[in-house]
Amino acid sequence: MAKKNKEAEEVTFTPSGTGIRNNGRIERSTELPSPTRKKHKSLGLSEDDLVDMFELMYLQRRFEERAMQMYQKGKFGGFLHLYMGQEAISTGTVYALNDDDDIITAYRDHGWGLVRGVSPKEGMAELYGKKTGCSKGKGGSMHFAKTENHFWGGYGIVGGHVPLGGGIAFANKYKQNDRVTACFLGDGAVDQGSLHETLNMSQNWGLPCIYAIENNGYAMGTAVHRHSVGELHERAKGYGMKSAVINGMDVFTVYEKMKEIAKDVRENSNPWLVEIRTYRYRGHSMSDPMKYRTKEELQEYEKLDPVERIKKYLLDEEIIGEDKVEEIENSVEDTVMEAIDFAEESDFPDEEALYEDMFVEDDYPFHT
Amino acid sequence: MAELQFREAIRAAIDEEMSQDENIFVMGEEVAEYDGAYKVTEGLLDKYGSKRMIDTPISELGFAGIGVGAAMNGLRPVVEFMTFNFAVLAADQIINHASKAKYMTGGQVDIPIVFRGPNASAGQLSATHSVSYDSMYAHFPGLKVIYTSEPADAKGLLKSAIRDDNPVLFMESEQMYGLKGEVPDEDDFTIPIGKAKVKWEGSDVTVIAHGKMYHVATQAAKQLAKDGVEVEIIDPRTVKPLDMETIVKSIKKTNRCVIVDEAHPFGGFASEVGYLIQREAFDYMDAPVQRVTLPDTNAPFAKNLFDKWLPSAQQVIDAVNTVTYRK
Ligand SMILES: Cc1ncc(C[n+]2csc(CCOP(=O)(O)OP(=O)(O)O)c2C)c(N)n1
Ligand SMILES: [Mg+2]
Repeated sequence: MAKKNKEAEEVTFTPSGTGIRNNGRIERSTELPSPTRKKHKSLGLSEDDLVDMFELMYLQRRFEERAMQMYQKGKFGGFLHLYMGQEAISTGTVYALNDDDDIITAYRDHGWGLVRGVSPKEGMAELYGKKTGCSKGKGGSMHFAKTENHFWGGYGIVGGHVPLGGGIAFANKYKQNDRVTACFLGDGAVDQGSLHETLNMSQNWGLPCIYAIENNGYAMGTAVHRHSVGELHERAKGYGMKSAVINGMDVFTVYEKMKEIAKDVRENSNPWLVEIRTYRYRGHSMSDPMKYRTKEELQEYEKLDPVERIKKYLLDEEIIGEDKVEEIENSVEDTVMEAIDFAEESDFPDEEALYEDMFVEDDYPFHT
Repeated sequence: MAELQFREAIRAAIDEEMSQDENIFVMGEEVAEYDGAYKVTEGLLDKYGSKRMIDTPISELGFAGIGVGAAMNGLRPVVEFMTFNFAVLAADQIINHASKAKYMTGGQVDIPIVFRGPNASAGQLSATHSVSYDSMYAHFPGLKVIYTSEPADAKGLLKSAIRDDNPVLFMESEQMYGLKGEVPDEDDFTIPIGKAKVKWEGSDVTVIAHGKMYHVATQAAKQLAKDGVEVEIIDPRTVKPLDMETIVKSIKKTNRCVIVDEAHPFGGFASEVGYLIQREAFDYMDAPVQRVTLPDTNAPFAKNLFDKWLPSAQQVIDAVNTVTYRK
């Protein structure tokens, strides 16, 4: 066979540079699809719903801003992955799903806990590693969970929880209980084999599960186009799976789409692969110099802040006035500060707790 | 001698080897443009370019296997795992392929690959990010396993690992990356794989400790010295092949032994070494071998529980007191 002379060509592997490549243009790390044009009424949301949604979104934001300060003061250790910027996704989703539908996610899980019944006190105490935390201080930031509210937790191995989401859906189908599972994962997790094995089985077996990628532009310091080829939602094609791509900076859009999708999943018992585009405002974790993105890019997304967006809607539509907004913000602030006091005053787990929750037996003979 | 941080010693080893052999390349998550999650590979992209410094997706199974295939086909990959806790996803490629392909093909292929990265715990990172894996890989035939405790050992052994024509797992610790130590400047300083080092000499008790646990052992030894107990510390440096000769020689002198290991107790490094000691030096022992390991539980997040979970200098002191019948 003939050999081409390749000497002169430069060999490269991973693409370089920041931002997503859009027909040769470098723009943002994620291109946002248009948000819904519908107003709350045509989406079936009441004014009270909207006010509650705003409050819930503001709670997630404030909880994390304060948690970050406490972390920086050295009040607790471990990782702290902040969800700030992505709150429209958690909030829109819980409003779109039934309360007994199941949710599972990765380690960026504070927002998910707060929208699914982890109280600010239990959440903050978990960050502090106190026995009053939602996971008794055993899990920390990455492992919020509230199974009684069908929140199965945050998980720290990238892609590791995706088959678990499929398994929860499997059990729901088995039990014929009409529950839908929503399994959230990062754009980085799209590159793990666990997702692809699970998607194949889910489609073949008709599992009632929504696999929802929160594409926030980056996996740690790697922009999406550097770690993953093509469009993430198009992975569905290879599996003959239904898919959608959604603007994740607008809570109405997330709500509208997730509601339609959940309805389809419930009626037809089939999975979906959904890409929800969003942006992470803070570093990957607390020790991230963020050299991989520009300030301008961050600022562009800050202009689209989902919390500000719903607040503006409330004010523009005269659903509530400035004074009410302020009242809500103040009461959320109080709640968060009380949560910090609670966490600080709570006890650490008892020493015996080291050996608890390992097995169902309480007399398991541990090896020494 | 130059004083280097652990991460600098590792970087120097990779850099020196890369500069001598075009077939060496580095691959892993955030190793290139981000300069390494723990800055181990800082500056190497600038020096060697994107052909030889390759950022991978979060696809441990895939890139570990691509490394194995590339090694079979004549390259010398240095594959970084962000931690060995994530290498669990790549275990099939390491255990079923890297360790076995040579044997299965009757020696037709060599796999000169290094898998490296931090091992074990690094503070309160919870259950999935805290496991020590050196014993587990050492269980499998066909793999060499190194877990060093000091910058000089790291540099000398990593250079040997990169030159080795077999698969080598080279383990580090997030918590040791900033640790400084003297590293010989001599041209081409290497340390042979499979050689332990007596790092503290003493006649009362032999303490065997590697990786991060070496530093727990030295803390204990300093404390014990104040009480007049002379501890001999052996750092095996290489877990497999294990240098039993050095260990046995020391035990023949001290007649007592404590093993400190950051793995769980069942079937770990400590159990293996304990067995070998009774086989090789039974008649020399004045007390049963003691070990200090993690408990048989997962890593808890809470600070107080985590501190209790991790082997401590006090536990080493207690074990020494037990084998010396002091308390
Ligand atoms: C199997 C595995 N590999 C690597 C890591 C380290 N790690 C934690 S988060 C992360 C990036 C994940 O990015 P993405 O999935 O996009 O989620 P995001 O952080 O953006 O929410 C990496 C590499 C891990 N936790 N698990
Ligand atoms: Mg991401």
